[in-house]
Amino acid sequence: MPALLRSRAETLAGTLPPLLAEAEHLAATVLLGEHGRRRAGQGDEFWQYRPAHPGDEARMVDWRRSARSDAHFVREKEWQAAQSVQIWVDNARSMTFSGAADHPDKSQRARLLALAVSILLMRGGERVGLAGLTLPPRTGELQLLRLAEAFSAQDPDSDYGSPESRGMLPHSRAVFISDFLGDLAPVEAALTKAADRGVKGALLQVLDPAEEAFPFDGRTIFESMGGGIRHETLKAGELRDRYLQRLADRKARLADLARLTGWHFDCYHTGDSAQPALLWLFRALERQI
Amino acid sequence: MWILGPIGFTAPWLLIGLAALPILWFLLRAVPPAPIRRRFPGVALLLGLSDDETQTDKTPWWLLLLRMLAVAAAIIGFAGPVLNPQVEQEGEGPLLVLIDGTWAGARDWNRSMARVAETLDEATRGARPVAVVNAANLPEDGALAFQAANSWQSRLPGIRPQPWAPDADGLAAWADGLAGRFDTLWLSDGVDHPGRANTLDALRARGAVRVYESPRPVYALRPVQFQDGQIQATVLRARAGRAAAVTVAAIGPDPNGIERDLARVEVEFDAAATEGTVDIVLPPELRNRITRFAVAGQNSAGAVALTDDSLKRREVALIAGRDGREGLELLSPLHYLRQALVPTADLIDGDLQAVVQANPDVIVLADVATLSQTESDALQDWLDGGGLLLRFAGPRLAASDVSRDAEDPLMPVRLRAGGRNVGGAMSWGEPKTLRPFDETSPFFGLDIPADVAVSAQVMAQPGPELAERVIAALSDGTPLVTRKRAGQGQVVLFHVTANAEWSTLPLSGLFVQMLERLAVSTRPAEPVAEDLTGTTWQVEAVLDGFGDLQDAGTLPGVAGETLVTGAVGPDRRPGLYAGEDRRIAVNVIGAEQALAPATWPADVPVEGLAVVRETPLKGALLAAALILLAVDILASLWLTGRLRGQRAAAMALAAAMLVPPQTGRAQSDDALAIQATSEVVLAHVITGDDRVDRIAQAGMRGLSEKLFQRTSIEPAEPIAVDLETAELSFFPFLYWPVTQDQPLPSATAYARLNRYLRSGGMILFDTRDADIAQFGGNSPNGRRLQQIAAPLDIPPLEPIPEDHVLTRTFYLLQDFPGRHPSRDVWVEAAPADAEQAEGMPFRNLNDGVTPVVIGGNDWAAAWATDTSGMQMFPVGRGYAGERQREIAYRFGINLMMHVLTGNYKSDQVHVPALLERLGQ
Repeated sequence: MPALLRSRAETLAGTLPPLLAEAEHLAATVLLGEHGRRRAGQGDEFWQYRPAHPGDEARMVDWRRSARSDAHFVREKEWQAAQSVQIWVDNARSMTFSGAADHPDKSQRARLLALAVSILLMRGGERVGLAGLTLPPRTGELQLLRLAEAFSAQDPDSDYGSPESRGMLPHSRAVFISDFLGDLAPVEAALTKAADRGVKGALLQVLDPAEEAFPFDGRTIFESMGGGIRHETLKAGELRDRYLQRLADRKARLADLARLTGWHFDCYHTGDSAQPALLWLFRALERQI
Repeated sequence: MWILGPIGFTAPWLLIGLAALPILWFLLRAVPPAPIRRRFPGVALLLGLSDDETQTDKTPWWLLLLRMLAVAAAIIGFAGPVLNPQVEQEGEGPLLVLIDGTWAGARDWNRSMARVAETLDEATRGARPVAVVNAANLPEDGALAFQAANSWQSRLPGIRPQPWAPDADGLAAWADGLAGRFDTLWLSDGVDHPGRANTLDALRARGAVRVYESPRPVYALRPVQFQDGQIQATVLRARAGRAAAVTVAAIGPDPNGIERDLARVEVEFDAAATEGTVDIVLPPELRNRITRFAVAGQNSAGAVALTDDSLKRREVALIAGRDGREGLELLSPLHYLRQALVPTADLIDGDLQAVVQANPDVIVLADVATLSQTESDALQDWLDGGGLLLRFAGPRLAASDVSRDAEDPLMPVRLRAGGRNVGGAMSWGEPKTLRPFDETSPFFGLDIPADVAVSAQVMAQPGPELAERVIAALSDGTPLVTRKRAGQGQVVLFHVTANAEWSTLPLSGLFVQMLERLAVSTRPAEPVAEDLTGTTWQVEAVLDGFGDLQDAGTLPGVAGETLVTGAVGPDRRPGLYAGEDRRIAVNVIGAEQALAPATWPADVPVEGLAVVRETPLKGALLAAALILLAVDILASLWLTGRLRGQRAAAMALAAAMLVPPQTGRAQSDDALAIQATSEVVLAHVITGDDRVDRIAQAGMRGLSEKLFQRTSIEPAEPIAVDLETAELSFFPFLYWPVTQDQPLPSATAYARLNRYLRSGGMILFDTRDADIAQFGGNSPNGRRLQQIAAPLDIPPLEPIPEDHVLTRTFYLLQDFPGRHPSRDVWVEAAPADAEQAEGMPFRNLNDGVTPVVIGGNDWAAAWATDTSGMQMFPVGRGYAGERQREIAYRFGINLMMHVLTGNYKSDQVHVPALLERLGQ
């Protein structure tokens, strides 16, 4: 299962240009990772030669360059630094819902997106880990395998999941992927805590098309995936407008929360292709890094 | 049965079940449709929402009504409702059963007799005395013999249908003579016969009349006519009203003597027509075998038309001596014979050997003197088998030594040398006329026109047997016609020519009559009473009412005039009558007769044809109940929200499938036509084998490229042709790879292919197996090719000769390799008279283009290139292989040049020789 997830995530990530190629389009000041920050500093890559100032140590002078002219030059390297990204994927029962046979359930898509964005970030040189204390951010192939394994775990007990806000590294980045159909209070708490620690990130709501359209009619008993909650109606079609209104309210609330805490929010449907969602996720993280 | 208005119920007690419907109403009303359980994460958002309307926990009234109707329909259905129930009524007093025992009732005879038996049973129960009378065979004494019904039961099988209609006068007289009161059951045959109304009136005066009539239509067949080589059969029917078709069968013995249907044709009736006519064309051999025609499945004498000699045509072979003077039609020795025989006989042309094989009835030798030994032997064998050899004299016979010293077996008499001329410019005497015919002569009784004169003849050598062999003589006693028996056959010699050179006999009507008497030709079809006056005809076979031929037994002979004029009846039975030398058929239906349906007054009840019939409604009601239940299923699904999404789509799809799909083929056809005709296009046939088709496509592409590079032919992208649908005339050339399991084209596709081949198209057949099989060998592809090509219009073939134009239309070639270098490539054979002219390097071969080229060298694979121009398959090895591929391309180019330029290149090769000649 982890290997399968990994290979499918690689397939999806493979079609996107690597982070390095994408970097040209980014603003000069907000770049992270091995592609550098376009400014002199710590790093391995050559940045520029500048005339030596008084006070520069003699060993800093690049003699090979200086010998070609009369002045002395100092060789500067580009400043490079890596960022930590923590990812939380909802693994509650509600994520296993799929409204039709021709598209996968929500949790499959959520894991796929999470791992794909992990791969992209690691290619860009960032460290990626799970939210919480179990898997701190690291980089490398082994970390990818661990992530794949962790994403595959299923929580059989709870109907709806709540984000993990423990162990957030200050000023790191975070990604929360869930359907956000459960109680919003833990989400609110987690975002507030993240804002306190200077952590920014992206909220991705994954919904099934059936949840977006509510194509039900007639006498129906609705149950949550774990069977914990049930609601009976005699005319399901009558409820559609009110359901959709509540869903829209929830989305607006999430967007508000994200705006207040400096996060990004988007909603993705499992009936659509995964690539636009990945692109959005990737962009959303880029903007903040 | 319980009757309620026009509806009766066979099981009325079941209707009590209808009382249970209100109870059902309350029960159903109390049970709402069951809810669906759905797993749905969005339920968290639904919590706290309540329904606005709450009425659907009860079944809606219209659904209840639907179910009520379904149940009611089922209950009423099982109660056995019958629309227009018929209730039998018993009568009293004596009962007369009158049966129209004619041919028309023969087909349904068993049914009618069953009806009579049933009536007799009823009469037995009611103790009614019964009399049974056959109208076509009235009792002699006229009085009705009322007897106990069960005594008639045992006599029923003896009542048979007669092959004629009731005698109108006799029937009326019999009906008028009846006395007393009685009811009548009349079993009508459905056909109107004269005198029926009178009889009906007489019977109704005596009591109630009921009629039983079979609803099945009655068909009859008129005697067939023979005209212009076609047999015309006319089928009649009594009742028009519906379009129908019946089959007419021509029946006769096959070569083994077993009776079978020699031909079957359909006769169509329009809705309003009571007559249907069909023309039957049969080969003479088959036609002469026919003994009768019958409408299939009718089993009545009226549906049978016996044939006699009028249908038979004798086969006459005409053979003349060598004809030196071409084109002098009126002097041709056979002209007058042909004129005399064409209307009444089938003529056979050909040489003697072939004609004897065909075993004709008569062979005419006009002025043929010498015969080869084999011809003579064959003729003698044929004579022994019963042939008639008719010879005419002439200059050649007179000049020859045939039958001079000894009597030739193929001549009736010995001849004296030279013959004689009388009444000519260089001779004494007048032209001789004919002496009246002797009584022993077959020509006895024929009038001799005064203007028949003989001016030259061959002379018979006197001898002891001469007198008995002469059957016609001139006024001076010299024989004109002599005859000799030979085996079962005979040889007849006319001592004059068959044209008007020696006598005026062939110009006279007497000539035709003499041929007729000799049974060379047959008589006109219709005999008339005067011809037959005073003759007596023996009955050979008679038709019974069912249309079967029966042995005549001891029936007396019939006078000739009755045979032709009288009505069909006991003294002129339908059947075959034999006279001296011919047979005459008497049929039930005359040549002009028509059929009319029996009509009955409105107050006479007619069984079997009842307009108001019992109609059981049980099936219809049960079907309605089922349909209502099906509607109920749909409605329940819809009401509970289960009829959504895919299910609804599936239902809609099922409904849509009932509507036949419309395809926009015409448009794509036009596009193909434009694509194929705007530029030259090579085409290949789709075989159904994907790989072969791809290679063929690639091969055509490769060849197109090479043509483009090297010649002025600039083909467009090749097209794959589906033989079943595509129009072929756009393509100058078709490449047809043959695969083992290729489907055979349909008949219409073959018609298109043949039109294509005839109108200048070319097909290159490629069995692709020259590496393993020789051409014509038994490889699977070769066998398939034979099956495919069998219905095609392909001329005789030969291997490409060295000087075929294909070897030099563009390149000079001697080999035609593809991937395989076999030399077995076949084209249309050169005409047999193609010769190498002096000074010409090549023969002047066929003028056109060969319509097919057949080989197995897998050319397409050698030509095939992929889209980037790379060769797809290796050919041979190394340089030799590349050379082979190059030659393969050259063959393709030569072939296309041959296709596109026609015979121009063929003419072109002769130009140097022509110029050289002009220079001299």
